[in-house]
Amino acid sequence: MTDVIDSLVGIAPGSRLDAIRAQRSEARKHAQASYTSLFEPADLAGVSADERHAIAAFVAGLHGEPKTDAFYATKLPAALRAAVAAEVAAARTKGPYGHFPKGPLSVEDAPGPSWKVSDAGRAALGPRLSAAFAHTHMLVFHPRDASAPSLQSLLDAGWSTNDIVTISQLVSFLSYQIRVVSGLTVLASTL
Amino acid sequence: MSTDKTLTPPPHTEPVVFTRDMLDWLPWLEPMAEADMTEHHIKSLVDAARVKSPYFRLLARDPDVLEARTRTDKDIFYNPEAGLPRAERELAAAATSRLNGCIYCASVHARFAATYSKRVDDVQRLLDEGVEAKLDERWEAIVAASVALTALPMTFGKEHVERLRAVGLDDAAIADLIGAASFFNWANRLMLSLGVPATQAK
Repeated sequence: MTDVIDSLVGIAPGSRLDAIRAQRSEARKHAQASYTSLFEPADLAGVSADERHAIAAFVAGLHGEPKTDAFYATKLPAALRAAVAAEVAAARTKGPYGHFPKGPLSVEDAPGPSWKVSDAGRAALGPRLSAAFAHTHMLVFHPRDASAPSLQSLLDAGWSTNDIVTISQLVSFLSYQIRVVSGLTVLASTL
Repeated sequence: MSTDKTLTPPPHTEPVVFTRDMLDWLPWLEPMAEADMTEHHIKSLVDAARVKSPYFRLLARDPDVLEARTRTDKDIFYNPEAGLPRAERELAAAATSRLNGCIYCASVHARFAATYSKRVDDVQRLLDEGVEAKLDERWEAIVAASVALTALPMTFGKEHVERLRAVGLDDAAIADLIGAASFFNWANRLMLSLGVPATQAK
């Protein structure tokens, strides 16, 4: 199957970047395997395909990297896609912000909002995805504010521990994939 | 409603500064019990010794993703062929972790950066003062590029590539830097959100 990062950056076989990525063939192969395991797993377990793609589209929208944004958004049914886009528009901000453990680093505290899905978004997304989006916003923009209660809010919304591991990996993997796509796109433009 | 619960870690001291000391990590969600792990779960750890780590036993709940994550990580950081020297891949990981605020990840990769570069004082200055610390032009260019890839909105642009080339990085080295900084945006989020670091008893 097509390598998603190559495809989004536009890396053609035989190109300079193709040769550079080939020097890290395991990283290339397993970044793709990460994508496959998250979006086309043998067993979706407790997180449905639409839920996975909705969270991914939200992460990509928050990052504003146009190619990954379009890639994940087009995998959603139209109504869900519109609901995600509306939340993205309301949720985009600057990061990373957040608090450090109380002490010498407190002078570096950069407080910011704990974002929540709008009422209209909640109606469209349902309680599970609404809770997942609030957690995702924290992971994307202010991960150092993470706490056990934010995990509890996911459990309260009906996600299991296994589901939370999958969702956490999904958001975190996207945080990697989007930056690689963005970074390699810039590098390619200078070659 | 899930019947699963978050965990309350045992009494511990949370580190309140960035450090090169060895730290522990205490999970907020239940790791898999060793006895419940199948061959598939064990294989996902890649290194069998990681069965002792609560972090990896928690991530083993989604084994295929864990295995792919770990093999991506190892190639970005350990593959010795060409590209960016190991010390500077670790520097990018430490700078990313410093900016995101992952005290645990920063401790591990600052130790590696110091070990491989022998520039203990510079690494410690990055931890103490943050990503604006005075280092030297090459290291400052690497830190600035890591910051530009990490902060949102992302600002990484041609000027960062040009600055990296001016201090001697070739295209493969720049691609390694992109890989290392990007990967720590993955790792930091898992470490920060699934548990808490703790100082080790001396």
